[in-house]
Amino acid sequence: MAAVKKFQSILKNKEVSRPLITYAMVILAYLIIQVLISGGILSNLLQGLLVPLCIYSIAAVGLNLCVGYLGELSIGHAGFMCVGAFTSAFFTKCTMNSGMNEMVRFLIALVIGILCAALAGYLIGIPVLRLRGDYLAIVTLAFGEIIMNLINVVFIGRDSRGFHFSMKDSVSLNLEEDGEAIMNGAKGIMRIPHQSSFTIGIILLLISLFVCYQLVNSRTGRAIMAIRDNRIAAESVGIDITRFKLLAFTISAAIAGAAGVLYGHNLATLIATPANFGYNMSIMILVFVILGGMGNFRGSVIAAVVLTLLPELLRGLSDYRMLMYSIILIIMMLYNWSPKIIAFRERHFRGKLHKKEEKEVA
Amino acid sequence: MSFLSNLINGLSLGSIYAIIALGYTMVYGIAKMLNFAHGDVIMVGGYVVFNLMTGQGMNPLLSVIAAIIVCTVLGVVIEKIAYKPLRGANSLAVLITAIGVSYFLQNAALLLFGSDVKAFVSVFNVKPFRLAGGALTITGVTVITVISCIVIMIGLMLFIKKTKSGQAMLAVSEDRAAAELMGVNVNQTISLTFAIGSGLAAIAGVLLCSAYPTLSPYTGAMPGIKAFTAAVFGGIGSIPGAFIGGILLGVIEIMGKTYISSQLADVIVFGVLIVVLLVKPTGILGQPIREKV
Repeated sequence: MAAVKKFQSILKNKEVSRPLITYAMVILAYLIIQVLISGGILSNLLQGLLVPLCIYSIAAVGLNLCVGYLGELSIGHAGFMCVGAFTSAFFTKCTMNSGMNEMVRFLIALVIGILCAALAGYLIGIPVLRLRGDYLAIVTLAFGEIIMNLINVVFIGRDSRGFHFSMKDSVSLNLEEDGEAIMNGAKGIMRIPHQSSFTIGIILLLISLFVCYQLVNSRTGRAIMAIRDNRIAAESVGIDITRFKLLAFTISAAIAGAAGVLYGHNLATLIATPANFGYNMSIMILVFVILGGMGNFRGSVIAAVVLTLLPELLRGLSDYRMLMYSIILIIMMLYNWSPKIIAFRERHFRGKLHKKEEKEVA
Repeated sequence: MSFLSNLINGLSLGSIYAIIALGYTMVYGIAKMLNFAHGDVIMVGGYVVFNLMTGQGMNPLLSVIAAIIVCTVLGVVIEKIAYKPLRGANSLAVLITAIGVSYFLQNAALLLFGSDVKAFVSVFNVKPFRLAGGALTITGVTVITVISCIVIMIGLMLFIKKTKSGQAMLAVSEDRAAAELMGVNVNQTISLTFAIGSGLAAIAGVLLCSAYPTLSPYTGAMPGIKAFTAAVFGGIGSIPGAFIGGILLGVIEIMGKTYISSQLADVIVFGVLIVVLLVKPTGILGQPIREKV
């Protein structure tokens, strides 16, 4: 009995129960999907969507840390995904024939991808976080585009003499006959072993959620939120603004990098195009964060899943699905944020809720 | 000579950026929001002219006027439906809604006009100017683009300085609440701003498609972002700033493309923006942000 009571009191504490419910939800979804797969109910199309769902969820959780808790709008997070994807895929390609255990190799690739994305986030964060508001947004966008464009002109090859680097074309790598161009500029990295799986995706998602929840509920997290709510007041009570901002931004970039690693090992060919690592992707992830609720990690995951599945399930209306998606987006934003609609909702729905509560009290 | 002709190409591209950036900067100054859909209004303008001129064989000048009218109405309608209800809401919410409108316009164009890239026939039938014994050729579109940019710039400055509506815009951008107390119709002023900005977008669309003769539902997206960059570069909210930022960005882009690397042109453009913002975070002509606790 005592254990049950203790458990109940733990659940009443929102800081503890909220993460637990989220983890439980993710694990439950995983189990249900596993059952559906073994039952052969899930179509190939939906099975192919499972890893992208994890990728988008992870990226959205990472961005939510930056937008929801740090309060800075980043529209360049796809750039960090790009860094994570390419560095890890590059490592995997380099060590492909070294006889290393596949799982170990993937883990090292994952760590490399995350570290490189974190480093990129740190380096970019130093100048960017000095700016504020719209300026910060446009500079993150600029950095995202720069990363994507730079990746498209990098050529790295390897032969018996070692690595060769060029920014012109694959011919100027001067590879010997046994050599192979690993990174091929706009053609990207080819023939990457397919190592991302739904299970790995879910594990990564759980780890990302764990990191974010732990950070947010810690002293550091409260400092970050204080900066978001009032920068000057936070500074005046002795919070080191630059340090905490950089910390949150770097972690956010690292999580985006993890999503990138998953992306890089999900398709055989990895190329950086405006569609996958350009600002369109950054905005896509931002939409997940905003519709899921800023500062609500569970919401980010749900929004990422629903908004990715919705266009696929509406395929019957194939041509109209993107149009409907944009209309849904606008309507949802108006419904959630318009001061007039909020007031209307308060009057008609919240009112009933209050009356009900009053009755219960009486 | 090739340097000079590159410089002129840069000026021409820069003038287009400047016209688009004017729309961004006016809306930002007065409604305090980033109208992400601005770039896609350019595309709509391009399609209207294309369909009227190539499809219906209409007079070029008339079709340009029709495009301006369509875009102006479109801009005002977008503002009324999507942005006005969000006045006073979180600025991030407004930005996301603008992104939604941008997606909407692109996908609506995709359905209406198809995804194929259309070959745009230049609206202007002006012979190229040959200078220095034929060594330097300036196309008619270039001349018209630069001239219309300067005319628009001067016209806008005069409009804001001399007319009552212009003064109202200035007042709303300085302090919306105080302007309202002084009897300025804020809603009308914001609508007018969107109307002017979208009308300019139509002109920019025609010029852009005449200079770079392709048209697809995504035509407006990248120039839109670059023009926004130009507006930030020059100091967002400032009309001369948008002009200077646009011209500089166009020249830098063409020069970077020619002399450094065509693939790295975007890297150079965005790199310059970052450097400028780090040295002077509010842009070239931006007002410093005052902070109060």
